[in-house]
Amino acid sequence: MSGLEISIALIPLLPFLGFLINGLGFKTVPKSLVGPLGILAVVASFALTLSVFMQFNALGKQPILVNLFEWIAFGEVSIRFSFLVDQLSLLMLMVVTGIGSLIHIYSMGYMSHDEGYGKFFAYLNLFMFSMLLLVMGSNYLIMFIGWEGVGLCSYLLIGFWNKNNDYNDAAKKAFIMNRIGDLGFLLGIFMLLGLFGSLEYIEVFNKVATGTFSVGDATITAITLLLFVGAMGKSAQVPLYTWLPDAMAGPTPVSALIHAATMVTAGIYMVVRSNALFVLAPFSLEVVGYVGVLTALLAATIGIFQNDIKKVLAYSTVSQLGYMFLALGVGAFTSGMFHVITHAFFKALLFLGAGSVIHAMSNEQDIRNMGGLAKDLKITYITFLIACIAISGIPPFAGFFSKDEILLHVFEHNKLLYALAVLGSAMTSFYMFRLLFLTFNGSFRGTAHQREHLHESPLVMTFPLIVLAVLSMAGGFMGLPPVFSSTNWLGAFMEPLFANAKIVNPTMFAHPHASHTMELILMGVSTFVALASMLVAFVVYGKGKNIPAEDSTYQGVTKLVYNKYYVDELYNSAFVKPLMRASELFYTFVDKQVVDGIVEGVGKIVKGTSERVRTLQTGDTSFYLLLMVAGILTILALNFL
Amino acid sequence: MNLRNVLIMPFLADKLFYFLTFVALLSALLVVFSKKPMRSVLFLIITFFCLSGHYVLLNAQFLAAVNLIVYAGAIMVLFLFTIMFLNLKSDVVDKRSVLTQLTATISGGIMLVLMVALLRQAEITVIKEGVDGSVGLVESLGKVLFRDFLLPFELASVLFLTAMVGAVMLGKRDAGDKVI
Amino acid sequence: MYKRNRALNYKKMDLEIIKLIPLEHYIYFSVALFCIGVVGVLMRKNALIIFMCVELMLNATNLLLTAFSAYRGDATGQVFVFFIMVVAAAEVSVGLAIVVMIYRNSRTTDVGILNNLKW
Repeated sequence: MSGLEISIALIPLLPFLGFLINGLGFKTVPKSLVGPLGILAVVASFALTLSVFMQFNALGKQPILVNLFEWIAFGEVSIRFSFLVDQLSLLMLMVVTGIGSLIHIYSMGYMSHDEGYGKFFAYLNLFMFSMLLLVMGSNYLIMFIGWEGVGLCSYLLIGFWNKNNDYNDAAKKAFIMNRIGDLGFLLGIFMLLGLFGSLEYIEVFNKVATGTFSVGDATITAITLLLFVGAMGKSAQVPLYTWLPDAMAGPTPVSALIHAATMVTAGIYMVVRSNALFVLAPFSLEVVGYVGVLTALLAATIGIFQNDIKKVLAYSTVSQLGYMFLALGVGAFTSGMFHVITHAFFKALLFLGAGSVIHAMSNEQDIRNMGGLAKDLKITYITFLIACIAISGIPPFAGFFSKDEILLHVFEHNKLLYALAVLGSAMTSFYMFRLLFLTFNGSFRGTAHQREHLHESPLVMTFPLIVLAVLSMAGGFMGLPPVFSSTNWLGAFMEPLFANAKIVNPTMFAHPHASHTMELILMGVSTFVALASMLVAFVVYGKGKNIPAEDSTYQGVTKLVYNKYYVDELYNSAFVKPLMRASELFYTFVDKQVVDGIVEGVGKIVKGTSERVRTLQTGDTSFYLLLMVAGILTILALNFL
Repeated sequence: MNLRNVLIMPFLADKLFYFLTFVALLSALLVVFSKKPMRSVLFLIITFFCLSGHYVLLNAQFLAAVNLIVYAGAIMVLFLFTIMFLNLKSDVVDKRSVLTQLTATISGGIMLVLMVALLRQAEITVIKEGVDGSVGLVESLGKVLFRDFLLPFELASVLFLTAMVGAVMLGKRDAGDKVI
Repeated sequence: MYKRNRALNYKKMDLEIIKLIPLEHYIYFSVALFCIGVVGVLMRKNALIIFMCVELMLNATNLLLTAFSAYRGDATGQVFVFFIMVVAAAEVSVGLAIVVMIYRNSRTTDVGILNNLKW
């Protein structure tokens, strides 16, 4: 293996090593070493990623395949354990290791008082390893391993404080909901294997490109739909989104890393990775788009009425993920990835900022009990403000560029979707500034005890905030729209990824681009909408007025939205309760009566017969001999049959 | 010249077969039905002699000799010795109830009938010409035994050794046992 | 030279008995002998007599094997008989030792009284 290949292989292995050290030596590794070890593993990965990125550029941007070993071989099929480094995995690698490093550093401050400190870092490192496997694998099976690995880590980290049963329930819910998606993904993988005889991305997509699949091919449509079911579970799309808000039970850095920046974008990564398949199935793309916009709107409306700081952010995440799928649905894969990256910056920042607030407020999460924190938490406030501006899509921060690119593509594709998306964008701006004003403006509404303990977080926590704030401000410049600049770095960088897709469905990429005037008008519209919503939020909540009332006072539609459309209750009565009742029935009837009856019946029959038969055993040898002869005679007689 | 040609005139062979068969079956029946164990043993020896005669007829001379030496000689002597040693008298009622006797006879009869019936159905092909008649001679048998069956032959010696040790162990009187 | 000639003589030798007596007769004879043995085993109570009847059955098999061997000109059957004799001899020696042992303990060789082989 060359040096480059070794460094590529080391990228996921270093966090794994960190996991082994911190995980196996949970009780023995000194506490002062746990954090630096965990951080070192991830930062080293990040450094390696950067060096690989440099070399990748220097080597002419050709995909690098690192073959570690042949893993499964049967018949004609050979599945290798290998890594693929190309534009897409490099982007994901940089986001995952970069944000991961920052959040690891942050965790050292945030979790420092927790008794499960070492365990936490072990899990985080394991998560990094799985996530890196997911994005680096050169075939769908390796992706699936990573996919399951991050699911496991998500489960472990949501239920990190496992002494609280609600948290455990949330962890189980996340795991089970993901299983539903994973089943779809797995079936999709099986179908791929059956159709192409291989799971390697390069081979599959080459076969797609050189094959004779027509656009709208039924098998491909089925495969892509199944893959999308997997993405729905992992990326919290309607109808499998309810686990993500509950997943906020985990420590805040976990929410930032897993449930905002990285893991939940795995679904988008997967769809972008399979772009050659998806462009062959316009129906699937259509489904992706509508599911995306539905999710974006639904989550945004719920987000407006949430009072838990992390829940607001969680619904915001769901909503933004909806935007990304909307982008994918209209074939704007680059824009989707762009939003993944910028969203990773500002959503991680928002979560970490929220963590800083929670830390300062002695684990208070209800924004009704906050207010006026801007004075005491200056750095947190400023960074949070930057993130809010970024996510709302106000220029020139990161969110504006990525969201605007999505809106532009949606506009070109479908006007109805565009209108819905703009509506969602307005809501996004509203609930984000509502959150900001309620938390940081007005007067303090907490207890006197909390008041005394208000403090800005230590440097180890504010440093990541500052870095992310800078990224949230400047991140958008990697993908400047054509009206401002003729070079869209991200678009040009990702261009080679869609070579196969362009061969199989050229029309998808050939639709007319809006004129620069149109582009400017659209930008104006979205900026205006965002600013207007911000103003409305300021008028309503800016001066510390209109604090949301107690839960019971909501009426009518508000009550419906406040209670998240009763989706959880609906799932409960539609799936969970019937299942419970069926289990009850099966337990009392099938298990107790039928199964136990059979099992015990066999025992009783044996006991009863042996009670009688044992008297045959007289101990008289000649009687035994007689029986033996009778047996021989029977066998002989059987020959006549 | 061989033993069979010296002892038996070829033209007598079939008569001899029926004679030996008759004597063998008769003495076998007497083994079963005689009251005294001693007589049973003696009739059994006669049966074995008849069987040896059959072996000679079949030109299995080696087996004929071994049968006489091992069965009629060693094993029967062992039986005789045991009977004498245990001093078994015929006055011990050895017969069973009429029902048991009837069952035993009927079982045996059914078995005979069944087997004969089955064997009648079976197709037994026999090549009457060109069969090598010398396989039962010591020379050819020895070759087969020591060439193809050397390992079983050696293992048989182990079996004998084991049996010997077992018999000695079983027959040994433990300290404190009553003397017969 | 002489030895070789003798061997050649044997090779050429035919068995008159094959021509005179059909194989079926040997089979029926063996079956009859075997059944007599079975009847004896079932009928008698004396362990020694039962033993003898078992020997009778073994010999019936031996005869059958020898007959087949001779009728097919294949020595394997006779080798088999040889091994049966070996096993029978071993069996008798151990069996009689057991009988002696039992007699020593219970003063009888009646299998009807030795009914300890039960639950």
